[in-house]
Amino acid sequence: MHFAVVAFPGSNCDRDCFYAFSEVLQQKTTLLWHRDPWPADIDCVILPGGFSYGDYLRAGAIARFSPIMKSVVEFAARGGLVLGICNGFQVLCESGLLPGALHKNKSLRFKCEKAYVRVERTDTPFTNQCAPQQVLELPIAHGEGNYYIDKEGLKRLLDRGQILFRYCTPKGEVSEAANPNGSLLNIAGICNERGNVVGMMPHPERNVEAFMGNQDGLYIFRSIIQAVGGQVRR
Amino acid sequence: MVKVIVTVRLKPGVLDPQGQAVMKGLNALGYEAVADVRFGKQIELRLNLADEEQRNGHGRLKQSIDAMCRDLLANPVIEEYTFEIVKEEA
Repeated sequence: MHFAVVAFPGSNCDRDCFYAFSEVLQQKTTLLWHRDPWPADIDCVILPGGFSYGDYLRAGAIARFSPIMKSVVEFAARGGLVLGICNGFQVLCESGLLPGALHKNKSLRFKCEKAYVRVERTDTPFTNQCAPQQVLELPIAHGEGNYYIDKEGLKRLLDRGQILFRYCTPKGEVSEAANPNGSLLNIAGICNERGNVVGMMPHPERNVEAFMGNQDGLYIFRSIIQAVGGQVRR
Repeated sequence: MVKVIVTVRLKPGVLDPQGQAVMKGLNALGYEAVADVRFGKQIELRLNLADEEQRNGHGRLKQSIDAMCRDLLANPVIEEYTFEIVKEEA
């Protein structure tokens, strides 16, 4: 299968994502500059973390107008798999591919630490290799990860099972104390109604090899490979 | 030319942690009467009125600015906006 990692001006996790897919998972992976043409055979596109366009105006607000986003929107409309990580999640919300918004952390602090998230659904292309309610340890690094949506929007997310990851304790308890940024219902990641577009604040690409602490990020990446019918080579 | 002053604020009910922190600061300085602080941002635009009317028609300036606010300047999920149009001498 063929992964694409998009780099906007100001992205800084694009190389890490590229490494995870190309080196660790041995998949065909293309790093796409935001002005590059869209390769025809992409199976999954990653919008990586960073500070696209310096977070000017609002995080993710300007990247939405990057030339490549038109292709990403069309790709998503065709059912292609899209994963936005951290700033990528912000870009997906700003571009309307995902509902809600990410605003300043409740503590006002930039949070760079270990976080635990509970997998809320395992029947998606991004979580099929996880066990129900599995707890993943993944790093977070953001100042604006506080997920917000109005009441009706939240109800819609709940009714349609669009919440994929929630911050929790190492034992899987979703609690206020385990919420690093003030997100509603401890939301760490959501999908669109169709389930082919996912945004998450934690960084799975930062936990893909043993020396990084653990390899929990691979559960998500292997799920994608499984969903597309690719082969996990390692 | 016209100057447009756009004010973007967080919607009521959306937590404003920055405002809370500044409120605590004011309270700590002795300004204990301050019961709430909300942050926003002001964006100033200058528009060439002749170009604007040529593109979007006469008398459509407000609709045009409204669209700019909705499309980019504010995020309607968490923010609301107002704007003021100030005529400037050429």
